[in-house]
Amino acid sequence: MFKNHRARRVTTFVLLAGAVTFASSAAGYAQVGFSKASTAKCGTVTLADNAWVGYEANLAVVQYVLKHNLGCKVVVKNISEEISWQGFASGQVDAILENWGHQDLAKKYITTQKVAVDLGLTGNKGIIGWYVVPWMAKKYPDILNYKNLNKYASMFKTSESGSKGAFLDGDPSYVTNDEAIIKNLKLNFKVIYTGSEAALITSFRNAEAQKKPMIGYFYEPQWFLAQVPLKHVTLPPYTTGCDAVAAKVACDYPPYPLNKVASAKFMKSGSPAAKMIKNFKWTNADQNSVAKSLAVDKLTDDAAAKIWVTAHPAQVKAWLA
Amino acid sequence: MSTQLLTPPRPGKPHAKKVSKLNVYLGSLTVGFLVFALGLRGHATLPLDRSSLTSFQEWLNNVSAWIDTNRDSNPIFTTFVNVIRNFMDGFVTFLQNMISQTGDTRTIPQIGWFGIVAIIGFVVYAISNLKVAVFSMAGFITLGLFGLWQESMDTLALTLAAVTLSLIIGIPLGVCAGLYPRFEKMITPALDFAQVMPTFVYLTPVTLFFLIGPASATIVTLIYAVPPALRITSVAIKQVPWSSVEAAVSMGSTRWQALRKVQLPQAKRTIVVGVNQTIMAALSMVTIAALIDAPGLGQVVIRALESLDVGRAFQAGLAIVILAVVLDRSTTAAASKVDSGNTKAEVQRNHRMVLAGLAVLTFVACLVSRSINWAGAFPGSGSLGSNTAKYVDIYVNWFQMHFVTLTNDITDVVSYGLINPMQTLLTESPWFVTGLAFVGLGAIFGGKKLAAISAFCVLAIVGTGLWSDTMATLASTLVASVITVALGIVVGVWIGRSRRAERWIRPALDAGQVLPAFVYLVPFLGLFGATRFTAIMAAVVYAAPASIKLMADGIRGVPDSIIEAATAAGSSSRQMITKVQIPSARRALALATNQGIIYVLAMIVVGGLVGAGGLGYLVVAGFAQENLKGKGLAAGLAIVLLGIMLDRITQAIAHRNSKEYAATSH
Repeated sequence: MFKNHRARRVTTFVLLAGAVTFASSAAGYAQVGFSKASTAKCGTVTLADNAWVGYEANLAVVQYVLKHNLGCKVVVKNISEEISWQGFASGQVDAILENWGHQDLAKKYITTQKVAVDLGLTGNKGIIGWYVVPWMAKKYPDILNYKNLNKYASMFKTSESGSKGAFLDGDPSYVTNDEAIIKNLKLNFKVIYTGSEAALITSFRNAEAQKKPMIGYFYEPQWFLAQVPLKHVTLPPYTTGCDAVAAKVACDYPPYPLNKVASAKFMKSGSPAAKMIKNFKWTNADQNSVAKSLAVDKLTDDAAAKIWVTAHPAQVKAWLA
Repeated sequence: MSTQLLTPPRPGKPHAKKVSKLNVYLGSLTVGFLVFALGLRGHATLPLDRSSLTSFQEWLNNVSAWIDTNRDSNPIFTTFVNVIRNFMDGFVTFLQNMISQTGDTRTIPQIGWFGIVAIIGFVVYAISNLKVAVFSMAGFITLGLFGLWQESMDTLALTLAAVTLSLIIGIPLGVCAGLYPRFEKMITPALDFAQVMPTFVYLTPVTLFFLIGPASATIVTLIYAVPPALRITSVAIKQVPWSSVEAAVSMGSTRWQALRKVQLPQAKRTIVVGVNQTIMAALSMVTIAALIDAPGLGQVVIRALESLDVGRAFQAGLAIVILAVVLDRSTTAAASKVDSGNTKAEVQRNHRMVLAGLAVLTFVACLVSRSINWAGAFPGSGSLGSNTAKYVDIYVNWFQMHFVTLTNDITDVVSYGLINPMQTLLTESPWFVTGLAFVGLGAIFGGKKLAAISAFCVLAIVGTGLWSDTMATLASTLVASVITVALGIVVGVWIGRSRRAERWIRPALDAGQVLPAFVYLVPFLGLFGATRFTAIMAAVVYAAPASIKLMADGIRGVPDSIIEAATAAGSSSRQMITKVQIPSARRALALATNQGIIYVLAMIVVGGLVGAGGLGYLVVAGFAQENLKGKGLAAGLAIVLLGIMLDRITQAIAHRNSKEYAATSH
């Protein structure tokens, strides 16, 4: 006991002495190397980072331009969609760069609390729907129409789906109508909730590799489609209001024009970053090329953004105008 | 329900008479359950659609909405929250500035990697021994070679902050709980709650109050890491013989002095075990906390998961394992050092001199790390890490290509043969039949009190509106527990009998306990598909190490005299295992079963992410969707209730076994 006690005292003393020396030397200490652009004009911008690669692509390019062209300091927060919106209220998030619908959150934070504003479209068009693995679409071309799905239902049976065909759903952040659609179109399928995008993508990838049947919920733009080009199944077309009552939906998903959202305070700040994010707009092909650099070529955000930005100077200039 | 799962394997001859009465009870319970379950199949099963809410769940939605709108209007509350938040943010940021983050004027943290490695070596040497110190330094250098130095230090900073606060809260409360049984009884439900309630349930509310950032991450970690510190401290205090306290008091010590001079020193070794468990608990939260922007290795894992980058996720997961093993080995060695008594005065003096010398060297290393480039930022490009990632990718792909047919067959056999029948039985039978079976089990093993607890849990689960989902989850939980316990027996007996086998297997067990599930989910999904079986396998990876360790410990605890007697009587090694060692380690077996089930329950939510559905999926959905928040919360409650019920019943079985064994072996 005594030994430890004494030893600890020695340690404490040395550590304390060290801390004091540090504190006094820290002031005069600066290292050479990094030279920062002037940050006075732009200041700090805080961007939410939601966990899918398409979002990451928007973030990579916006962040690159903000840093290199406007000299902003960019802070990225890795959070889910709902927590991102919540950040507008607490003043902790300045902008979301790719928003998929979320009418309930828009109503709460834009309309009611007025802490957030819609910054317009990103130019990316989101498509949500039912997809099958490509080998099936090739072998059974008529499967791409929902009317023929029951014909093939028994092929989709798995250990999870009982006597019906399995229909796979992914990340629960997406609002899905699949249970209602299946019921109302009298399809002999059962929704299996895989619970995450990773599980959904892995299932599609394996099904294609092993030539096994699979149908499920998916969306574009998505980097995975560059690897395995899933085929879209046609459902009864979407008409305004056909999805008004959740239990009675019997139509396809609406097109999702993706938009940007920012905090009201950030927009009023007059930061050049606010203007740039508002002007930011590109196409699905643009996003897919950056997403491919990130997910398939495994580049860093900065490296992936640099390739795209160098190749598209005019577009970047327009965002900065 | 399948009672045979919860009872220990066939007992040896001596207990036959005593156990037969128990078997009659259990047998009639099983028969009664099956008759009514099958007879009334499909009635009163209480199903609930995915998207519908019960009024209780609606009410929970309203409560969280109310908190959301009113949290700013109560000044006392906001001041209180702000003080905690500012304190925690400040604490973590301070540590980050020291070891991981660069400031506006600096390109490296206050202490560069060279200084940190020196400090680790010094501190570990001071609290344990040279061997572990060298091992720890090598571990830290590996983190740098992996190219994950800064991320690792961020994780270390957050872990240190959370562990320090957990101990500041947990140890004093644990001492109180050890001294005052009534206090312990009062806080036990809260501790159960904190340990079993899935983190996803309170992730969003925590960020509402404490905002996105280090404070929220620390609080989430605290909730999970305080209970082990508190519980183990309480056990430690209670272990100190009461006679030694009385002796001190009779010699004129006050109660406070007795605590300080007698109880605390004697409890020290076990308290260090508590510190160790607290560190492990804190590290197991790294990935989840990354979902609310906790800095560090968890971010790398989550990020890699977006593009299913198995190699990268594994690389970061391995860094977490290295941190855990270093912290585990050094605290374990410290515990055994506390244990070994005093040494000669002269040796002590020499040791002090060595320490003082090393302290000066460490200090110099820190200064060097602030002024010389190679000692500041870790040099190299982390090629060890990217190579590891590459080979992991290659190996995983190869394995998947060659074994996927086999693993798919296994999935189908287990799903159709075991999971489906079990799930059908549990979800299709009326709630009151299954509920009564639980009450019956409680009554058989724990008498009236346990029967009452079981009844309460059953009714409360019905109250959450999620009975059917709970039964689906219970089916998978039981299958996972059976596999866990089977592994616990087989591997536990093996490594309990062979030290050499233990040395080889133990690192794998440690890895299974701290490697974030997110790391192996993608390969598992590749092998077993998005199925309940994948969820079960993930749970087994996490839960089996605990069962195996406890079982091995029990086997080693069998008295030598019994082994010698059996050897003299000419037992073969098979007879030795089945007739002597396992029956003698029955208490350990029951404990291994209990802990196995609790660990399996902790993975329900992870199961929800890979296709298990049930309560786990509802919790995840509640985290992701505003209008399902109440339902997610209700699912979390159901998991807690199920957990408490299974825990109490298996504990009662463990208790009964130890008593019975004591009675028969005397």
